[in-house]
Amino acid sequence: MRIEREILIEAPVEVVWSVVTEPDQMSQWFAEEVHLTAEPGAEGVFVYRDKSSGTTSTVRLRVEQVRRPELFAFRWVYPDGAEPQPGNSVLVEFTLHPEGDKTRLRVVESGFDELDWSDQAKADYIQDHTSGWRRLFDKLQDHIAKHQSVRS
Amino acid sequence: MTLTQVDDEAMWSAIAEPSRRQILDMLLTRGEATPTSLAAELPLTRQAVAKHLNVLSRTGMVESARHGREVRYRVRPEQIDAAAAALAKVAARWEKRLATIKAMAEAAHRSQESTTEAPEHQRPPAHREKPYQRE
Repeated sequence: MRIEREILIEAPVEVVWSVVTEPDQMSQWFAEEVHLTAEPGAEGVFVYRDKSSGTTSTVRLRVEQVRRPELFAFRWVYPDGAEPQPGNSVLVEFTLHPEGDKTRLRVVESGFDELDWSDQAKADYIQDHTSGWRRLFDKLQDHIAKHQSVRS
Repeated sequence: MTLTQVDDEAMWSAIAEPSRRQILDMLLTRGEATPTSLAAELPLTRQAVAKHLNVLSRTGMVESARHGREVRYRVRPEQIDAAAAALAKVAARWEKRLATIKAMAEAAHRSQESTTEAPEHQRPPAHREKPYQRE
């Protein structure tokens, strides 16, 4: 599972960094409320409000890496009571690259952070490839294709 | 549960767990399976498999039917469609977020420039006597 998107912004990296990492700015593009300190290991929460039903939901996150002004990463979507780890959470990484006086902002959201893994964990993962996201989603795609051809 | 009621968050957390992904994968391959037959091929007890199947059932991606003494599980294709669509929505959501970040950063940058060293062409003309009066 890997989603990659990027955008070129006509503003210097420091300005983009503030928008990406400061809670009062994040609350304008990420969630209705953001409680967070951009420090490695810091725990935070995003609060989402569903406008139609009026209900709120809270999503926890943990800051993984902060290298001002080029890298900001956090993990989210992990089970309650568990420590966020490569196997049980989704990693979101923002990278900022200056291009002249502009900034290229890239976001990668991945279900597995294979780079973080120890060699043993990587070896186990490759051996136990049936639990891989890619394989599962390839299969979902196949399944959908078959299902659609049956329906049409 | 209708297609529109698929809860992205429930789905994400259901498939964020490696054992559940593996179980879903096995169900996609076989079409149908019992907790006992799945447990035989996994380093999990039948009870643990049953628990994971319950979580998957709650998202609507998997359904169960009783056949005599056993309960058989299978994927629900229409819900899998919805799940795949939900994943595509996640990507679209990032595009929207990045566009908002861009708009915010560019607006902040422009206002910084105009309060500090604005380029010649952006400065208010010096010769005007009433620079704030609209023309």
